[in-house]
Amino acid sequence: MTADRQTPLIEVRDLVKHFPIRSGFLDRGKGGVVHAVDGVSFDVMQGETLGLVGESGCGKSTTARLITRLLDPTSGSIRFDGRDIAQLSRKELKPLRRDMQMIFQDPYSSLNPRKTVGSIISEPFLIHGMEKDDAKRRKLVEELMDQVGLNPEHYNRRPHEFSGGQRQRIGVARAIALKPKVVVADEPVSALDVSIQAQILNLLRELQRDLGLTIIFIAHDLSVVRHMCDRIAVMYLGKIVELADADALYGHPRHPYTGALLSSVPVPDPVLARERKQTVLGGDVPSPANPPKACRFHTRCPKAVDGTCDVDEPQLEVKEGGNIAACHFPLADAEVAAAVPTSEV
Amino acid sequence: MTGEPLLSVEDLAVRFDTEDGVVHAVDGISYTVDRGQVLGLVGESGSGKSVSSMSLMGLTAGRRTTIEGRVMFEGRDLLTLPGSEVRAIRGGAISMIFQDPLSSLHPFYTIGRQLIEGVRAHQDGVSKKAARERAIEMLGLVGIPDPRGRVDAYPHEFSGGMRQRVMIAMALVNEPKLLIADEPTTALDVTVQAQILALIKRLNEELDMAVILITHDLGVVAEIADEVAVMYAGRIVEQAKPEALFEAPEHPYTWGLLRSIPRLDTPRDQELVPVAGRPPSLINRPSGCHFHTRCPYVREAHRRIDPPLEPVALGQEDHVVRCLLPHETRLELWRSLESGADAAAAGRAAGTEVTEIKA
Repeated sequence: MTADRQTPLIEVRDLVKHFPIRSGFLDRGKGGVVHAVDGVSFDVMQGETLGLVGESGCGKSTTARLITRLLDPTSGSIRFDGRDIAQLSRKELKPLRRDMQMIFQDPYSSLNPRKTVGSIISEPFLIHGMEKDDAKRRKLVEELMDQVGLNPEHYNRRPHEFSGGQRQRIGVARAIALKPKVVVADEPVSALDVSIQAQILNLLRELQRDLGLTIIFIAHDLSVVRHMCDRIAVMYLGKIVELADADALYGHPRHPYTGALLSSVPVPDPVLARERKQTVLGGDVPSPANPPKACRFHTRCPKAVDGTCDVDEPQLEVKEGGNIAACHFPLADAEVAAAVPTSEV
Repeated sequence: MTGEPLLSVEDLAVRFDTEDGVVHAVDGISYTVDRGQVLGLVGESGSGKSVSSMSLMGLTAGRRTTIEGRVMFEGRDLLTLPGSEVRAIRGGAISMIFQDPLSSLHPFYTIGRQLIEGVRAHQDGVSKKAARERAIEMLGLVGIPDPRGRVDAYPHEFSGGMRQRVMIAMALVNEPKLLIADEPTTALDVTVQAQILALIKRLNEELDMAVILITHDLGVVAEIADEVAVMYAGRIVEQAKPEALFEAPEHPYTWGLLRSIPRLDTPRDQELVPVAGRPPSLINRPSGCHFHTRCPYVREAHRRIDPPLEPVALGQEDHVVRCLLPHETRLELWRSLESGADAAAAGRAAGTEVTEIKA
């Protein structure tokens, strides 16, 4: 399979998801909404790994669940392979689910403890009415187990007999069973021990190479995202604030939020840690139920200017070096060089 | 640093008797912490890093738990002190913060009340009013905005980062000489993590408070530790100053940790080299070197001989390692690994045998 990274496989436009806040049945309807995802647009190219990164509450997981239609969008469109899937019904979605699979964060709660590994990995075939022949199906499952580094002899074991890393391999095998076009991996390694993380990351890269998968990779760990992704979208409070190729994003971030994120990542090098000037942001991420006006980052931004950033919402536009960022006062090269360990300016 | 260390742990062993057998959670570890020093204890789940530090405070005691060794704190052995005296030290001269601030705070009481309780439990004759002032002062110290207005708020009214600040304030009300921080930033976002680490470092410097920082994150350790101990299967396998440990690590497990994390300061396309296999059972521990089941450089003798923790070389007494490979071989292996080679290539370069470890 040849990957054509010029053609979009998924086109997301103005995607919005608002969750109503329920505050009890007496005052129903007065609770307002959480702006989980608030108008995001991006393309996912054939065969690429697109990273979605940001802190808790930024909407990255909600975006993933909207694309896979585990959640219904409030508005906006999602074109997958040329067809808008944002408003399809459950029934219409079923054939589509074959082409879009998900890997979840927690390999403990995402596998049914009562089922054997064999039957967990067989399930996609059964749901979609494929490979009805038991012997053939078993053979396919054993091949899948082998492909993700599990011992096929463990076909009849149950999830509790496996370590966290092995369980995540089971989740990966289940996700690639039907040869999907796109796999959405939502924090696939953040529940795993450090030495095991690398095993799963290497496995995902290997599978992408072998199967020509398109991957949407969601993580909060910026080092992991840099290692895995071709392009990266940085989200803050339901919006994309910067979108760029990995080298551009890490080499010369333009949005002050991206800069602060990169500056905050601890680097396992005590000399570098001492020498660099860290940009430590004040405060916490504001509540998505009541996001700040105009630029949502202005309340924590070291570069915010009163009268501009709190009044006028910046739009995503191409900045110096080709990064797309939504900011009135993007970072200059000198600012990047002082605070960002990956800077290439 | 002159005279006695603040804390001296000697041959600490913690065993849990379970239905499946005896779990050797901590297997004879020794270290010291000086006044004002930050010791980083690094390891993965099950390495014993949390159990060892909770045992210092008697938090693992139970009918089926055996704790051996000595924990000398200001001239007294914490393991033999009567319960009432340990309780006086716990939350007083030694205090702890944990990973999950929400489950460590009582949801029904205001944070002010919880802080005041902490002060009055350890300091006799402090009026409620004075304790309340102290609580407000501490909240301000850890960077809670408007501490006077927030002191009567409940834990759920705070964000994750603010709750961890409250936990730190609570740990600090009695001016501890030693703070044990168990994965204090693991549940936090990276920008908030940077704030909390900066806060711990500032308090360490301003109050001359020693810190034992327990974490799985080598980056966090590099940011603030003065001394680093790497734990594996209940033991310390390597210990050094951070400069030495990150520059010239000598234990194959430390190499594994360093090479299995993607990092921002290496080329983006550098391959990750995971530690093969998985952590051993602490009930039936491997013979010989406990790491031999996952070590690509294992030799026959390593399966029988249990290496002691000893200086990496003559004249380098402050860098100790538990490994049977020759010092020169270790240096050469790391040189290759550091520049991106995998175990097989590194072994060839160093002229040493490499065994393939099955996942």
